[in-house]
Amino acid sequence: MHPVRKKRLLVITVIVLILSVVVGLVMYALQQNINLFFSPSQIASGEAPRHANIRAGGMVVQGSVKRNLDTLAVAFDVTDFQHKVTIEYRGILPDLFREGQGIVAQGKLNENGVFEATEVLAKHDEKYMPPEISEALKNAQNSMGESKEPAQSTY
Amino acid sequence: MRWVWFHKLASPKWFYSWSNFWALPVFCFGCLCLAIGLVWGLAFAPEDYQQGNSFRIIYIHVPVAMLAQSCYLALGVASFVFLVWQMKMAPIFIKAMAPIGAVMALIALVSGAIWGKPTWGTWWVWDARLTSVLVLFFLYMGIIALQSALDDLVLANKAAAVISVVGLINLPIIKYSVVLLETLHQGPTFTLTKKPEMPPEMWLPLLCAVIGLYSFVAGLVLWRMQSEILMREHRSSWVKQEVMENGL
Repeated sequence: MHPVRKKRLLVITVIVLILSVVVGLVMYALQQNINLFFSPSQIASGEAPRHANIRAGGMVVQGSVKRNLDTLAVAFDVTDFQHKVTIEYRGILPDLFREGQGIVAQGKLNENGVFEATEVLAKHDEKYMPPEISEALKNAQNSMGESKEPAQSTY
Repeated sequence: MRWVWFHKLASPKWFYSWSNFWALPVFCFGCLCLAIGLVWGLAFAPEDYQQGNSFRIIYIHVPVAMLAQSCYLALGVASFVFLVWQMKMAPIFIKAMAPIGAVMALIALVSGAIWGKPTWGTWWVWDARLTSVLVLFFLYMGIIALQSALDDLVLANKAAAVISVVGLINLPIIKYSVVLLETLHQGPTFTLTKKPEMPPEMWLPLLCAVIGLYSFVAGLVLWRMQSEILMREHRSSWVKQEVMENGL
């Protein structure tokens, strides 16, 4: 290779490498702020600020959704399979909200460690399947007996 | 010896006749695949057990989002080649590719918002994936603006190449944002290492649309590069001859 080109190749590669390291370090330092939400474990360990507007996210615990029959108020627990946090919300939940699904809520933590949400968003994963298959899976799981059920309720 | 075909592509004249041969078949193949994938996916593929029919926007969103990133990767590599080896074809490629990539990024953002409203419950959220794709769109706009704003062609090419090389850093951020960080956006649909988490009657039309869109864009880029070559080389004798013989 021509020496001038070799030099250019080296210079540009080094610049790009240095820039990526800089961006990488900035991202690492800002990780707390780049993450969209706090997990229940982070809230339990006190990492999440109280009385500040934050987002909390996790999986809605099976059987934890309690609705008020007269108002739109709803309370449920979310978990990351280590800790739980209770979320209270007054409003319309997204269509995809259901037990066992991931959600992200925006709001404030109160003194009792209950998260008072002003907005609840549903998270979904990259698994898609036709309704028939999901029905078949559910039936198969039910016919396998009770062995699955207790495991799920201990989340 | 091995690199002869590659070095030949650096000559606008040779590239022009090479792409004359390839552009139409590649474009037609792309249109066909895209049509099959979209009709199959939007009308015949099964709906999702949770999202119902709104899941079908995946057949537009995923191909377009993949293209938005791939176009940028191609742009970045071409810019790197241009900065080091000063290949004449590289800025022509950047000029041809950048607007297409920008359109892809924009469609990805808009289709994502339309998908987000019924599923997540919001049009937009400032999570890492959505924000980094927005940055990608701005990078495209910056490249287009710089390359067309400067009257000095040499300077314009160099400036556009520099931002596109620097912007390459954004690509791993987009790709790994959903894996390493907590985001509202779900994980990647297609990965090289494991099977997609959906049955074949769902991912086959998607794959068809992805291949179709790649091919469609390749055809478009070849045509755009051809017209850019004619514009930049309009003084050379081979262009005059070409236009006299075959018309425009």
